[in-house]
Amino acid sequence: MFLGSRVTRRLSWLIPLLALVVIAACAKDFPQTTLAPKGDLARIEDDLFYTTVKWATLVFILVEGALVYAIFRFRGKPGDAEPPQVHGNTIVEIIWTVIPALILVMIAVPTVKAIFKENETPRGTPLTVEVIGHQWWWEFRYPEFNLTTANELHVPVGRIISLKMGAFDVVHSFWLPEFAGKRDVFPNRETRLWFNAEEPGEYSGQCAEFCGIQHARMAFRVVAMPPADFQGWLDHMKSITVRSAAGPQADSVHTSTAGGAVQQDNKAAPQAPGAAADSAKLAPAQAQTPQVAQGQKLFLMKGCVGCHSLVAYNAPKGLLGPNLANVGARSYIAAGTLPNTDENLAHWIRFPQEVKHGVLMPNLGVTEEEAKALVAFLRTHR
Amino acid sequence: MATTAVGHEALAAAPGEKTGLWSWITTVDHKRVAILYLIGATVFFFLGGIEALLLRIQLAKPDNNFVGPEFYNQLFTMHGTTMIFLAVMPMSQIFFNYIIPLMIGARDVAFPRLNAFGVWVFLLGGLFLNASFLFGAAPDAGWFGYANLTSKQFSPGMHVDFWMLGLQILGVSSLAAAVNFFVTIINLRAPGMRLMRMPMFVWMSFITMILLLLAFPVITVALILLMFDRFFGTHFFVPAGGGDPILWQHLFWIFGHPEVYILILPAFGIISEVLPVFSRKPLFGYAAMVFSGVFIAFLGFGVWSHHMFSTGMGPIADTFFSLATMLIAIPTGVKIFNWIGTIWGGSLQLKTPMLFALGFIAMFIMGGLSGVMHASPPADLQQTDTYFVVAHFHYVLFGGSIFGLVAGAYYWWPKMFGKLLDERLGKIHFWLQLIGFNLTFFPMHMVGLHGMPRRVYTYPKGLGFDGMNQMETVGAFILAAGFAVMLYNIWKTWRTAPPAPADPWNGATLEWSIPSPPQEWNFPEIPTVTGRDPLWEAKRQRGGPLPEPQRVSGQGIHMPAPSYWPLVTALSLPLLFTGLMLASKIGPWGIFIGVATLFFGIYNWLFEPSYTSIPGVRGKAHH
Repeated sequence: MFLGSRVTRRLSWLIPLLALVVIAACAKDFPQTTLAPKGDLARIEDDLFYTTVKWATLVFILVEGALVYAIFRFRGKPGDAEPPQVHGNTIVEIIWTVIPALILVMIAVPTVKAIFKENETPRGTPLTVEVIGHQWWWEFRYPEFNLTTANELHVPVGRIISLKMGAFDVVHSFWLPEFAGKRDVFPNRETRLWFNAEEPGEYSGQCAEFCGIQHARMAFRVVAMPPADFQGWLDHMKSITVRSAAGPQADSVHTSTAGGAVQQDNKAAPQAPGAAADSAKLAPAQAQTPQVAQGQKLFLMKGCVGCHSLVAYNAPKGLLGPNLANVGARSYIAAGTLPNTDENLAHWIRFPQEVKHGVLMPNLGVTEEEAKALVAFLRTHR
Repeated sequence: MATTAVGHEALAAAPGEKTGLWSWITTVDHKRVAILYLIGATVFFFLGGIEALLLRIQLAKPDNNFVGPEFYNQLFTMHGTTMIFLAVMPMSQIFFNYIIPLMIGARDVAFPRLNAFGVWVFLLGGLFLNASFLFGAAPDAGWFGYANLTSKQFSPGMHVDFWMLGLQILGVSSLAAAVNFFVTIINLRAPGMRLMRMPMFVWMSFITMILLLLAFPVITVALILLMFDRFFGTHFFVPAGGGDPILWQHLFWIFGHPEVYILILPAFGIISEVLPVFSRKPLFGYAAMVFSGVFIAFLGFGVWSHHMFSTGMGPIADTFFSLATMLIAIPTGVKIFNWIGTIWGGSLQLKTPMLFALGFIAMFIMGGLSGVMHASPPADLQQTDTYFVVAHFHYVLFGGSIFGLVAGAYYWWPKMFGKLLDERLGKIHFWLQLIGFNLTFFPMHMVGLHGMPRRVYTYPKGLGFDGMNQMETVGAFILAAGFAVMLYNIWKTWRTAPPAPADPWNGATLEWSIPSPPQEWNFPEIPTVTGRDPLWEAKRQRGGPLPEPQRVSGQGIHMPAPSYWPLVTALSLPLLFTGLMLASKIGPWGIFIGVATLFFGIYNWLFEPSYTSIPGVRGKAHH
């Protein structure tokens, strides 16, 4: 049958669109590609895509072929006699109405099946993750574990992940090409999506609905881990918090003043009460170097704490900036804008408006020395 | 309508054509209105093209800093808005205005002053929208302006104000034209031209008018709700106040999908005229062509939510909108097959208009096929909002609409301006456009499937987007070069080409029976039509080409009197909306001035005599 094995399906690309297949073949050069699905939902979408491509290719060859043939075959010369004046042909016209209809049935049947499969509630006990789109970063919450993180979603391999999604401000779209396709997120309604990761690894996704000036810089990573590692990660995230809570209390007067200043700058949305105080419980367990201690102080003084929380467990909601509890270990900063090197992080802290113009984080007048201290401090949060 | 004939015995002293700026300001002649559309649409088309080139330069390499994110977002918003509302739609208007009355054997349109009003509103609306650049406040929320990004909270500047008010102004223009041509086609056809004898361009235009009449009120309502949200603090689309951004999406696409057919149906019509003439063979399957057009338009109102599959509407709605969308492929396929049936067995003359018409078919097939691909909601969950969709709609709207409109431009240019465009330059233009177009837009399919979202001002290294984006930028400049050749062609032939004959292509329709360019009254004698290709029938009866038609004096023909009230009335709209925008700063005075101008214009328009007995001279009201 024309819709046969996977091999013939891949081969159907070859005939008309050779260049295309060359590009499609080396999927590893395209880390965000939709053509190399690595999860069930993406595979449903990909199968349907290839079904449509196959038929489209067939129609393309036949119709463009007929067109090009007719152009060469019936090319006239000046002085040719008038060709036969044909006005139509009912039988031919019926045939070319019915055949496309049949082809559409061949596409429509798998489409409708896939629609229902895609909308089915995933079986088993899925891991629920809440996704909240913000201008221009992603917040991820694990209600089961009362953990919050940002821009880097850790998931266990092999388990269905059920996403309950919303937006903090405007409409965004959560797009994870290798696992799930995309689903829009709205400020006033919950939308859902599910996926499962088959292999451990780091995968990339990004916002797909235009959401303002930095829509282009609103990416995220998904880190798929073997279940045991994921459990380890969960324990680790909780332990950060436990150790932090045991640390010395920061000066709450400083904290709230600094937070207030940032909010005025930004005409910001309301901050959850107690967020700053929570965030202030932030001493890392290991012995502090003087630089780290200075960084900790600056984190309060410069107002960072007004928008960013450093606790993952039972973290405050409604903050303007991403949670930084494990920022030291993330592979990217500023929602996929820069690789998380010390240099980049320092530059970002000093000049957010240059790196990501229009972002809600203002230039805070951080000196080079201060940035280094802040980086040292943030590196301890991993 | 004046049907009294003057006869071909030309009177000794034929009055000269009216000239000068004032004659253009007060014109109600459908052919001059068409030329005003031509000038406006060309300027805006090149503006939109320059915007596109800037976008392509910015995307030529990863992490580029050629234009910042702020300006980039303005550029892509204005590129889309301009190309749709200020270029492709008014380019269709050129041909509605110039060609429809000639094709149906009429001396003018049903409402000549409404026609003039329409073009002035379009020109002023386009200026209003583009004036935003002067204030650094060009619209920046995308051409579909999704709520709630457009709310006062997230778009505090005047950017969105310019967009929503500019589109309201342009909507008035479109509705005026739709009413006018709907009535013109119904009422002013020459004796014997039954509906099923109308040229296909007139049929497709007629369907377009119905779409305009039904679709534009919806976007107007949506824009008014948005205006109330922004100016008067209502919450139609503001979630914090209980509103719903999804409401905007539904309203927008109930307009937006028929809008796609508003953009493409006129091009369907144009190539349905060009293909038979250059195949020397009548259009294949006339009735099927008519009904497939009607069917497309009807279904076009039932598929809007295929723009919203990613919003998660649930399996039932997804299934309905998916199947309805797939159904459209059937009548569209019928059209494509009938076009191929038209050239099949013909004697093809590959003149420039024909090349563009054939290019249209080849490119539109691609756009149609990728359209069927994302009619499948699960597949669309990957494709929507990526460059795959950008590729798709450019294959439809550039490979389709623009190729068709350019075919029409080369085809009717001699009729409109009395000069044939140069064939060699025309062919260079065609090949540059075909190659440049595919180089620009084909890689977009790939880069989209490989994960590049649309509307991003930049992309990072390492995602594999670099090479294809570079190719697209090169293609865009080749495409631009094609249009530069067309401009040069116009300039060159304007100066040096000999006058074109009345019927340079062996045309089949009535416009080729009168001098190029036609005189103000088009037909000294209203023709009688007995078939679908009236001019071919006349030539066949005569056994050879018809004699070159003579220019006549037009003595005794009643034509509409010139009027400047349409322009005055049109001016009131930008005045009114500027007043609205400035109301918080200067108080309501601007609004008062706008409303006063509106009533002043309409009042004088109503009480002005509308016909003159001698061309160019004001006379008594005819009716």
